[in-house]
Formats: sequence, C-alpha cells, structure tokens
Amino acid sequence: MGSEMINRRSTLKSLALGAVSFLAITAGGVLSAYAENKELKIGFVGVTSGPAAAWGTSNVRSMQTRADWLNEKGGVKIGDDTYNITIVTFDDQKDPKRAIAGMEKMAQEGIRYVVGPNVDDGAAAVRPVAESKGIIYFPYAFPKALYTPPASNAILGMVANYQSGPAIYKYLKENKGVKKVAFIAANESDPLSQRDSGVAAAKELGLEVVAEKDTYQNDTRDFTPVLTPIVQLKPDLLVLSGVAPANAPLLIRAARELGYEGLISAETAQDATVLQEGAGELANGFISVGGASTPEIRTPVMEEFIDRYTKKYGEYNDESNTKVYALEYIIETLKANPKAIDDVEEFKKTVDAFSAPNPFAKDSTLKYVGMTSFGQKRQLSVPMVVTEFKDGEFQTLFIGEVD
Amino acid sequence: MEQVIANGLYLGAQYALIALGLTLIFALMNVLNFAHGQMYVLGGFVTYTIYGQLKLPFVVALICSGVTLAIIGALMEKFLFRTVIRRSKREESTMLLAAATAFFLDAVMLLLFGEKQRGVPKIISGVFISERVILPYDRILVGVVAILMIAAFMVFMQYSRPGRAMRALAQDRVAAQLMGVKVERYSMIGFALGAMLAGVVGGLLVSITGVNSGIGGPISIKAFLMVMIGGAGVVGGAIAGGFILGMMESVGLATLREYGDITYLAIFALLMIFLSIRPHGLMGKPWG
Repeated sequence: MGSEMINRRSTLKSLALGAVSFLAITAGGVLSAYAENKELKIGFVGVTSGPAAAWGTSNVRSMQTRADWLNEKGGVKIGDDTYNITIVTFDDQKDPKRAIAGMEKMAQEGIRYVVGPNVDDGAAAVRPVAESKGIIYFPYAFPKALYTPPASNAILGMVANYQSGPAIYKYLKENKGVKKVAFIAANESDPLSQRDSGVAAAKELGLEVVAEKDTYQNDTRDFTPVLTPIVQLKPDLLVLSGVAPANAPLLIRAARELGYEGLISAETAQDATVLQEGAGELANGFISVGGASTPEIRTPVMEEFIDRYTKKYGEYNDESNTKVYALEYIIETLKANPKAIDDVEEFKKTVDAFSAPNPFAKDSTLKYVGMTSFGQKRQLSVPMVVTEFKDGEFQTLFIGEVD
Repeated sequence: MEQVIANGLYLGAQYALIALGLTLIFALMNVLNFAHGQMYVLGGFVTYTIYGQLKLPFVVALICSGVTLAIIGALMEKFLFRTVIRRSKREESTMLLAAATAFFLDAVMLLLFGEKQRGVPKIISGVFISERVILPYDRILVGVVAILMIAAFMVFMQYSRPGRAMRALAQDRVAAQLMGVKVERYSMIGFALGAMLAGVVGGLLVSITGVNSGIGGPISIKAFLMVMIGGAGVVGGAIAGGFILGMMESVGLATLREYGDITYLAIFALLMIFLSIRPHGLMGKPWG
C-alpha cells in the first residue's frame, strides 16, 4: 500500500514536472521566436492635438492598427529577417518648429521612414532635416517643391487637390451644368494654396469664378456671416478649398440655411459621421474626394482593417481609408529591396520599378506615381474616389487615378 | 445691410454670453481663466452626450452641462486656485495654473470624446425668410435665450444675496471680509457660476456650431478679446465687448471680403489703437 502511494506520488510528481517542463519549453520557444524578431521602427511626425487633431490621429491610428495586426501574425519578413513593427509618434501640434524637433528625434532614434507631417509649412520645415539625416518622409501636404527634383526624400501620401480638383470640376461641368464657381478657404497656408490652384484649374476649364478671395478664420464656429455675401452671388458650385472635416458640416449647413441651392464640393477627405451629425440631410449632395475606399472597391483585408480599427478605437475615421496606405507602401518597398532598411538611397532606387498587389482595393496595385505632376515618382498611388454624400454615407461618383 | 446687422446681433449675443463667465471669475478672484474655452467645450460635450447620444430632452442636457461645469468649477476653485492664491504672492501663479488646467482638460476631452467634430440634431427646424433677412429659427432661438440668460444673470447679480456678496467681493475683498462676507464661500460660488455659464453656453451652441476637443483655445482667445474691449472684470463691459466684436465681425466680413481675410487684421489693429487710448477698455475696472 505504502509503495503504491509512493509510486503514485512519484508518478504525479513526474507528470507535474513533465507538464511544467513542456510548458516552459513551449513558452520559451514561443518567447524566443518572438524575441528573435527584430524591431523595425517607423515614425510619425504630425498633428494629433488641437483643432486639426483629426488629420494626424487618423494617421497614427491607422499605422498602429496595421502594425498590431502584422505583429500579431508573426511580424513582417524582410529579406532573411522577420521584424515586429513599432510605431514611434511625435505630435508637432501643427507647429513647423516642433515638426523639425520631431524629425530630429526620429533621426536620433535611427528611424529611416517617417509618415507626416500633415500640413504644408510643417512638411517644408522638416525637409532639410530629412535630407541631411537620410530620412524618407511621407507628407500629407501639397507643395510641389517637396516632390520635384532636386528634392527626393518626400513622397506625397495622398491625391493632391491640383490633381483631384480639375477632375471634379470637369465632371460637374459636363454632368451637372456647372458654369459659375465660388471658392472659400480658411486663412491658412494649406487651404489658401489649394484655393489658388483650384481657381486656376476652374478658369482653365472655362468656368466663371465669381468669388476667389473669401476666407475665414479656422476657428470660426458660425459661418453665417462669412457665407452671406457669397450665397448672394448665386454660384452653381461652392468649393470649400482645403476644408477641415470639423468645418465642412458647419459651412454646408450655414450655406443651405441661407438658401443656397447649388452644388458644394471639397477636394479634401471628409468623415461621413461628422457630416451627418453636423449637417444631417443638408449635407446630401456634397461632393468630396472620399478617401481611397468605398464599399464598392474594398477588399476583405480593408473590411478587416476597418473592423480592427473600430474595435481598437471605438469608432472608425473615413480619412483612414487613405492613411492606411503609407505604412503598407513602406513595408512592401522594403520587402522588395531589403537593403533599403538602413539605406534610403536603396529605397529611392526601388521606387521607380516597384509594384505589388494592393491589399485594400480590388483590381489595384501599389505603385509610386507622380511623373506628370512632379517629374519623378514621389507619390503613393491611392485610388482617387470622388464621392457624393447621401443619407449618412458616401456614394461613389467616379474613380480616377493619378499617373 | 439688414442681414449684416442681424448676423452681428446674433453673433454678439453668443459672444457676450461666452465672455460673461470669464469676466466674472476675473472680477472676483483676479484670475485670468485660460481654461474658460475648455469649460465651454466640456459643456458642449455633456450636451452632445445627453441630447445627441442618450436622446434626452435638450433642456435636460443643458441643465446637466451647467451643473457638471458648476461642480468642476467649484472643485477647481477649492482645491487648485484657492491653494495657489493662498501660497503664492505672485499673480502669474494663477495664470500658469489656469493654463495647465486648460491643457489638462484638452487632453482629457481628446481621450474621452475623440478628435472628431460632434454635432446634435437641430433643436428647432426651419428658416425665417423675408426680403431682407434670412435667419434660421434655431439661431433666433439661441440669440433670444442668450439675451434672456444675460438678463437673468444681471438680475441675479444685482438683487440676490449671493450676487450682492460677489459684487462686494469684486469691489474690495478685504472690506467685504470685514463686513462679514464669507470670502471663500463666495469665491467658490463665483468660480462655479463662471464655469456654469461657460458650460451652458457650450451646451446651447452645440446645437448650431457643434463641438470638437480642439476649439477650447480659440474660444478663450475670443473671450479675452471681448473682455479687453469692454473692460476686464466688468459684466456690462463683457456684454458690450461681445456685441461690438459680433458686429465688427459681421460688418467686416460683408464689406472687406474683396480684399481677402483682413477682417480680423482690421479688428486687431483697431483694438491695438483703442487699447493704447483706453487701456482699461470701454468700461474699465471700476473697483480695482
């Protein structure tokens, strides 16, 4: 009886030890495999606080969601190594001086690829740092000087207004009979430069521009006084140049309540929920470049991205339809040329011939474009989806592409 | 022209209400509350949550905004400003505290309510249209409510016991204390009242302008502008400053639009000249 108990105890001990050892070995194996992954840091320098926080926040959240997803799948294989992606963020508060400090910080951390900044002056300010420290950066800003030779370190992350604007005006002229156009912009560098290029494009198409100097302070909360004189001019199309998502519903609502019955458009991406909450049915018919994804062209990967983003942050932001692309381009280009991981000159060499399947949009490829606008490939190719807002959703008007 | 005047009056009523709370806190405690705009935003978010999300009546949401901000204001006065005023002889200490509070509230609201612009359903539909004036009914309602609230506030300050005590406090803190006014209690009530006004106007205007977590700073700047025009610490001055700014904005936007965005340039230039002539604003600070 005694020896039986001893045997049983020994057996139990052995089993317990075995189980513990197995667990330790398995866990160790998993941990060591995880630990074996190298770290690839990708930076973000842009605005995540203040009135324009929505622009940078959608960047950061897109990057973080995608990075977590890739890390969860075991990391990204680039050359012979597998990497876990770490996103390093810096809030420049829309201040060029802070943007420079942010880019310096990225350089100190040895980061070669940075998404942002979100605005023109920030993107221009970081150029010397990026070029001297060997950083490729992906601004959401439109000055052509950043992307045309001799500049070579900046890659435009979205469709510029001087690319989407003419396409929209042409469509509206041909399909909606637009003849008279009025422009209004916030009194800031980005919207003003977008307005100027919009005015030039409209005039080139033979449209009559009835208002081209009207501006508003970006912190305006009630646009009735701003829009009163413009509405009296009775334009067929009111263009909200470079309008921030926070201001678009307020402008639309004020214009409609003043009795404006023409079309309203913008060349910047907007958010359906914000439009619905802020302007409701008054926003119906509003035309914008609605991010690089609508239900018609989404792949299951995009659907899952939206799902993961929503679970992680509580609510999706339609701007992320475009913002999701930058990280994907960086990773896929590094996969195409692993030497570029530490050498941005290798990255630049790869850009010209790079091509990979687009995981987020049907019948589409990832490739660098911009030859027509910049004379070199310094722009991410994302679908240019022109949408019309209707009852809380964006509906596709037409899809274009930048060459 | 009638449209320009209507726009100016409506904007002025809004602005005056925004400036009232700021000037009240300044008058009572000599504190420049840099967090006033953030309090306005928080009031807007409370109304957004209760009226826009929970679908409770707008009036309930507005009351909740006022009560929430009154409680926050009272706590801020009791635990932050009172302590700093007691321990520091330097006036800039309270300014720094107010600025820190503003940044803190900005960050908290960004975390709680996100980065997006939020809006609520209109409280009243329809647009008043005549040959000369077009004004949506909800703006008319908000303008009228703002004027009624300003009137109620002035009656409260003039005839109620706490109002008289606060006025005494604003005139001479030491003398008021010697006359038996409980300085700490009425300072707290005053701060709570100022915060409540910010919260209520934030809640009221969310139905028209919506709200987002980044607008607190610009709202504060505009409120300071009105207070500077009218005279810091004077209730009548804040009201006058609000209406003057609203009217200048409306007239400037209508007449100067051909020259680009020079309305605010002109307003600031005029303000500089005006302040160099009358550094205490239109009505000055009568008690200090």
